[in-house]
Amino acid sequence: MTPELGQLALILALLLALAQSILPLVGAWRGNRALMAVARPAAAGQAVFVAMAFGILAWAFLRFDFSVQYVADNSNLALPWYYRIAAVWGAHEGSLLLWILILNVWTIALAALSQKLPEVFASRVIAVMGLIAVGFLAFIIFTSNPFGRLLPMPGDGADLNPVLQDPGMTFHPPMLYMGYVGFSVAFAFSIAALLGGELEQAWVRWARPWTNMAWAFLTCGIVAGSWWAYAELGWGGWWFWDPVENASFMPWLVGAALIHAQAVTEKRGSLRAWTILLSIFAFSLSLLGTFLVRSGVLTSVHAFASDPRRGVFILAFLTIVVGGSLLLYALRAPKVLGGKAFNVVSRETVLLIGNLMFAVAAAMVLLGTLFPLIGDALNLGRISVGPPYFGFLFPLLMAPVVLLMPFGPFLRWGKGDAPVLKGLLLRVVVAALACAIVAAFLVDGNLKAIVGVAAGVWVVVGVLLYALKRWREAPRGRRYPGEMAGMLLAHLGVGIFVIGVLLSESLSVTRDVRMAPGETQHIGSYDFRFDGVHHTTGPNWTADQGTVTVTRGEKQIAVMHPQKRTYPRGQVQTESAVDAGVTRDLYVALGEPMDANNLEGAWALRLYTKPFIRWIWGGGLLMMLGGVVCATDKRFRLKRAAKAEGVVDAGATLQVGESRA
Amino acid sequence: MNRLLPFIGFMLLVGLFGFGIWWNTQHDPNAIPTPLLNKPAPEFNLPKLYEPAQKVSKADLLGKPYLLNVFASWCIECGVEHPVLSAAAPTLGVQLVGYNYKDPPADAKNWLAKHGNPYALLIADEPGNTAIDFGVYGAPESFLIDAKGVIRYKHIGPITPEVMAKELKPAIAAMLKEAQ
Repeated sequence: MTPELGQLALILALLLALAQSILPLVGAWRGNRALMAVARPAAAGQAVFVAMAFGILAWAFLRFDFSVQYVADNSNLALPWYYRIAAVWGAHEGSLLLWILILNVWTIALAALSQKLPEVFASRVIAVMGLIAVGFLAFIIFTSNPFGRLLPMPGDGADLNPVLQDPGMTFHPPMLYMGYVGFSVAFAFSIAALLGGELEQAWVRWARPWTNMAWAFLTCGIVAGSWWAYAELGWGGWWFWDPVENASFMPWLVGAALIHAQAVTEKRGSLRAWTILLSIFAFSLSLLGTFLVRSGVLTSVHAFASDPRRGVFILAFLTIVVGGSLLLYALRAPKVLGGKAFNVVSRETVLLIGNLMFAVAAAMVLLGTLFPLIGDALNLGRISVGPPYFGFLFPLLMAPVVLLMPFGPFLRWGKGDAPVLKGLLLRVVVAALACAIVAAFLVDGNLKAIVGVAAGVWVVVGVLLYALKRWREAPRGRRYPGEMAGMLLAHLGVGIFVIGVLLSESLSVTRDVRMAPGETQHIGSYDFRFDGVHHTTGPNWTADQGTVTVTRGEKQIAVMHPQKRTYPRGQVQTESAVDAGVTRDLYVALGEPMDANNLEGAWALRLYTKPFIRWIWGGGLLMMLGGVVCATDKRFRLKRAAKAEGVVDAGATLQVGESRA
Repeated sequence: MNRLLPFIGFMLLVGLFGFGIWWNTQHDPNAIPTPLLNKPAPEFNLPKLYEPAQKVSKADLLGKPYLLNVFASWCIECGVEHPVLSAAAPTLGVQLVGYNYKDPPADAKNWLAKHGNPYALLIADEPGNTAIDFGVYGAPESFLIDAKGVIRYKHIGPITPEVMAKELKPAIAAMLKEAQ
């Protein structure tokens, strides 16, 4: 009986979502306060029912209710409880349920914290969130019901895809969805502003921490996904430019642009139309990402072919949401224009260049991702573009961003002064060159590695110089407000990331070898000794587990245990062994036994040394941290008393400090 | 006009997606082309499930067409297709050969005792090595092999009544007609 209650809860949630979206919009239009007041209680009610539905599905997994088709398809008796929880979002239907749950979490937070916004505006924002929920709930109820029954009930279920049975993977989708869905807040703000025909800087200020948090979650999700691909897939790579990754990367790029555009709009009032457009794009790309992965338009996922209704529904929903908002933008954007003019040499200009680069990069990724589809449409056959396309164009587009990054903070709003820049330029150039020369000796003149060190140092030194300037010039206690500290951390993360990417890409060594027990391979100064393979078992798998001992000179560095796991339905999954370090990772993946009878016990092994690869995720985590720290800035907390212009902002503080000196 | 550009761009994208959906309904995106289709089946030499001492090779089966059905006791979908195969076996027109895949023999025998044994012949590939030559992804899979040992049809996944009526039976009929 319980699964039917879950479905009932979803239907009630849909009805409440309809109330949450339609009534407040009518109320805001007609000036009817009673109708506007429906927004918050309806949102709360929707959240209760969605949480109930999610809980019921999770409960069905926990108590092995195989009479539910979705549970039978994605779990079995041997699956440990934590993976049964993760199995809730392990496939199409449940992941949509997670999506809608997270949308409700954001909506509730928004409803609770928006009390001080003007009633008309707040109710419009909540109503837009409700409209998104209507689309998703209808999609679940009409095409992707997770509570469908399976009769007769099987004695045991299938299995959660073994690829997903990894701690990184249980945690990756919720983080990613927190990011995707978080952009709905900025989106709802923009739509509400377009509907109302006005955009106050104070509202943009209020929206900023939401965007920052969403972007931080998305960053975290992408880092987790990249780490998982590295640890789990056994290829030693950390980014593959496949459609699923691109789907999460596009909103990230646009989100990064949006964070900066919002800062300009909030502080100077300019770039309003651009901010609105970016917030529409960020969320649209999130929707597109969710759907591209789920719909199978690109990757030909099984579920889609069997049910074209899903694809049509998705397309209709996208058309209404994105097409509708862009049309609204076209009609109403002129109403919300305004702001202060700025000089060519100014912080605005630098931010705008960065913004354009991010936007163009996102478009480039979109084009590359959709290429197979375009190929079909133009009857050129199914062509894919892969790493060569992305790997060439992306660094090219990001180079200006990296080059300009140290200068942005040093420039003033409106009109910057050139002499300050010259001094800065001199210092970062000297620092980058000096480090590049030292690096040149250490890496044997590998050009890519030298460029990596130079670019990374360029950014890091720029950030440190600005931090030093703040330390000297700003009064104690005001030196690093949240917004400032977040910016410094995130930019530092970019520098660390650049170093990690270029050094690991250029200096990694890969070796595919056949090894018999006792044999040793040398890579750099490391000796990898293969000590054979034995059989081992886990909760729901059996595995061949190799032992590889790594020594350097006389010293033992690591004993590594790569596995080749077999799950109950015969799926084979590699578990690479990684010995992590600050300056290098050692990485071993187990291949196949070399002969059928395996008399010698020889196996194919893949050995890697990967210098500085950890800096990639370290940089990503710093960026995430930057987003979070920024969102905690006290300035973003809305006070009814504070006037929009009266609040001191970080940039202005600095200018005041300078003019005093 | 400028402000309409994002909208126009997006509508082009919608057109592209619409095309993608249409394209997917016209083509089977899951059709994994079998390089073996219309090629001779790979050589094999596998023990019989019930008499492991006796081996069956591809050459032994030449001369008569047969449906090679890859199954295992651990495979849930095999239980779905089993009644369909059992019901159709007498009127199939070809011999039904069971290919027991990555399965301890005792488990396979228990499973067959429980669900019935429609197979004219049963071979066992416990290590699963020969299955690699056939390009087996998992169980169940079925290969229709003609009298000359050529693979004429392949199905991945359970044989449902629909697959049986719309794909397998026509494929068998076409093959038998050609042989006459």
